[in-house]
Amino acid sequence: MASIDKGLMTGFNSTHHLSSNGQGSDLQTIKEEQLQYITFTIGREEYGVDIMVVREIKAWSETTHLPNTPEFMRGVLNLRGLIVPIFDLRCRFSMGLTEATKMHVVIIVQVGKRLVGILVDTVSDIISVGKSAIQEIPRMDRNIDDEYLSGLVTIEERMVALLDVELLFNEKAIETGVAFGETAVALK
Amino acid sequence: MPQDFDLDQFKTTYFEECQELLDSAEEHLGELQSNFADVDVEVLHAIFRCVHSIKGGAGAFNFTELVNFSHVFETLLDRLRDGHISLNQDMTETLLQATDVLSNLVQCAKDQKAVDLNDWQDIIKKLEAFTNAQDEVSNETLLDIETIEQPKEVYNKTAEEEEEQGWGLFIDDVNEEPLSTIEDVICDETRPCYKILFVPEIHLLRFANEPLLLVRELKSLGDCIVQVGTDRMPSLKEMKSDEAYLSWTFILHTDRSLQDIEEVFEFVVDDCELAITQIIDDAEVHPEKNIKKKKTAKKEKTAKKEKTSKAVKIQDTTKDDVASITAEPKPTTPDQVTHSKKPDKENTDQAASAGTLTKVSSIRVDLDRVDKLVNMVGELVITQAMLKQQSEDLANDAGHIMAQGFEDLSGYTRELQESVMAIRMQPVKSVFARMPRLVRELSSKLNKKIDLITAGEMTEVDKTVIEQLMDPLTHMIRNSVDHGIETEEERFQSGKPERAQIHLNAEHRSGRIQIEIIDDGKGIDRERVLQKAIEKGIIPEKHDLLDEEIDNLIFAPGFSTADIVTDVSGRGVGMDVVKRNILNLGGRISVFSKPGHGTRFLMSLPLTLAVLDGMIIQCGVEKYIIPLTSVMETINPIKEELNTMVNGSVVVSVRGEYIRLVHLHRLFNVKGAVDNPSNGLVVITETERYGLVGILVDELLGQQQVVIKSLEENYDPISGISAATILGNGKVGLILDVDGLAEMEHGGDRNRLGNLKQQVLMTGEQAHGIDR
Repeated sequence: MASIDKGLMTGFNSTHHLSSNGQGSDLQTIKEEQLQYITFTIGREEYGVDIMVVREIKAWSETTHLPNTPEFMRGVLNLRGLIVPIFDLRCRFSMGLTEATKMHVVIIVQVGKRLVGILVDTVSDIISVGKSAIQEIPRMDRNIDDEYLSGLVTIEERMVALLDVELLFNEKAIETGVAFGETAVALK
Repeated sequence: MPQDFDLDQFKTTYFEECQELLDSAEEHLGELQSNFADVDVEVLHAIFRCVHSIKGGAGAFNFTELVNFSHVFETLLDRLRDGHISLNQDMTETLLQATDVLSNLVQCAKDQKAVDLNDWQDIIKKLEAFTNAQDEVSNETLLDIETIEQPKEVYNKTAEEEEEQGWGLFIDDVNEEPLSTIEDVICDETRPCYKILFVPEIHLLRFANEPLLLVRELKSLGDCIVQVGTDRMPSLKEMKSDEAYLSWTFILHTDRSLQDIEEVFEFVVDDCELAITQIIDDAEVHPEKNIKKKKTAKKEKTAKKEKTSKAVKIQDTTKDDVASITAEPKPTTPDQVTHSKKPDKENTDQAASAGTLTKVSSIRVDLDRVDKLVNMVGELVITQAMLKQQSEDLANDAGHIMAQGFEDLSGYTRELQESVMAIRMQPVKSVFARMPRLVRELSSKLNKKIDLITAGEMTEVDKTVIEQLMDPLTHMIRNSVDHGIETEEERFQSGKPERAQIHLNAEHRSGRIQIEIIDDGKGIDRERVLQKAIEKGIIPEKHDLLDEEIDNLIFAPGFSTADIVTDVSGRGVGMDVVKRNILNLGGRISVFSKPGHGTRFLMSLPLTLAVLDGMIIQCGVEKYIIPLTSVMETINPIKEELNTMVNGSVVVSVRGEYIRLVHLHRLFNVKGAVDNPSNGLVVITETERYGLVGILVDELLGQQQVVIKSLEENYDPISGISAATILGNGKVGLILDVDGLAEMEHGGDRNRLGNLKQQVLMTGEQAHGIDR
């Protein structure tokens, strides 16, 4: 898989600041503030993640498993000398463990100061979305935990759920995930 | 000095230096305080120089308050080192306080905050009181700042000089070494005698050269008579502060070679006339035989100058000489002065960045640059290991040829890595040195008599560790002084010596640094700890905690046993913060206490960024690395040597000693591992808290040097894993934390593990949402 370098990203994002009160969902309307997302699939579902938090996209390679961590924590990867934890998003959304092959993709995202990787099936597109085109998540949809979603958009008849990685990997989530690691006091 | 430079940049350097100077001053004051009856003049000199340098810089940057205060401070110090005032405890106390004030003032100047000296008026008054107490003492020998500032024939302040007066850093050494008299030198006829003529070019000073340093350097070689030639001195109106007018003739008696003398002038040789001649007859002061003529030396010209020079005999006019030298003020840091004088005595850390003389002992480097270097070398080591592994897969011949090359390469990379790592290493002294004062202050406040005994100050550890060690260590020492050590009466009643002892030790152990704080106080009062813990809901009322576990409750969040919250310690955020700090550093802390006999805190910290020699082991489908430093031996136990204990744990007997087994695969839930110890291997490792433990593994795969990578950077710490590394195949390898494993195996954690499993399940459910 190609890795998206930063220059490219800034290029994509050059329309970002041309914000005004434009109408409609026309993606080409530069008047409206445009947000860009990288979309990827897990099974038949399509998700998007803000392009600004994506650091790199790479093919799946064998990870080193960390002991006593939750199932969706797929271990750690050597990213040019950095140790990066990889999370299985399918498993995280309780759709079972991903049978990772070389065709699977890891998206490295920046969450706060940390780098984490998310394991997905494929990366499909880079989309530009006007702010107004993002719909709120209908409260009915409980297929996945909507705490991690920032909205929904429709792209060519497809529905893309926009992920908020900050929420997905907030400190607490990471901590609970590895609570084993904490050699904390508590003899509770 | 020209004003067309960027002041801010100099300011930054100045503040950095101030910090170092303050630290050093404080350290020296500590020495004074512990031994004020028998004061080492050198120590006083050192303190004086620190304060004086701060004042000097402050003058240049117009920090008026700072100048004023340090001047008062310095004046007292000056009196002290001249021996006109003798030191007493009260005074050292005041001096320490003054250092604090100075530190505050520096901070204010740095933050560009306005300062109100009134806040510190007391200290100033005290300082002045001490200074004036014995003011009547022989003033004629006393040569302090004021004396020098008085206009003399050869010293005439121009406006510029006035401004730079703060930089006139040479004054401080005036009384240090009375110059040798001619008699001294002449009497000593055994050594060869050299005559050195040194006529600086007029622009010498502009290249940051300082003749006084040369004079000093020469004097360090042997006995020296100095004559000053003032024939080039212009009239006062024409005089410029940055031009060198004086010339010198030295008669030097020394054992050292001509080369050594030449070395003194190494940096100025292009900007001066220099003639060094050996005088065969000692009594003869005129040159007879010219041994060496420097390329820039123009002998004829020199000779002429010499004739016309009005030589001033230095031994009669010590003051004048010094004054004449200071008449050519030049911004130079006093560090340079001290270094040139006694370079081996000075802490190398304090070396100034630009030495005009030889023996530059250190340079200031941005830490980022070092880090970058460290990272690059780390990558290099990994890449080299990968290449090596790949070459082994090559066809026989090719692989064989390359093997030798790789062997050399790994030798060099290893050496390179060690050198780079060493840049970041610093002795823990910088932290330890602050503790004596802390103990003294606290103990006098609490009315306890305590001796702090430190050992292993020179143990080196990475700079980042040093920086983060300060807070926890301070806190623990406070804790020991406040809670650990009993009051005098209590000690008397329990028949202990009147003076309590706190030991602070550091040593390298198992590739980590181990720091111990031992006090001979009353130990941990377990009853009270329990009571408090139950009160605060830290543990349930029904419990079956071991003594050791009770002791460790003091690390629990929100725990404080002090009946009265003192201003020394006891806000209840203490030890858990300490523990968290240590954990964040990848370290461990434990406490051992014996009621009535004392408490021992043991901290073990990694020497971060260091390279680690590891043993790679196989456990089921996983590979792990055990630090080689903790590995004692590996055994293949037979069935008879294995015993199961009541609680289900297994011990193996090795030469009559029972060693507890750690079932790695069970702790880590690894599939496919050997479960029966007699079928696998037991790696006997040394732990800090649990003595020897045996780790059950499938097999040993080899030994490799690995670069420690932080797992915590992007993830949270994991029990039993101390760090990660990158193996030869590019995959991440996990380095086992033997102590952590032992702790996991040793019950206690069993329950917790259970709890955590539940937690994870819950997280899973949360993730699944409600539809489950």
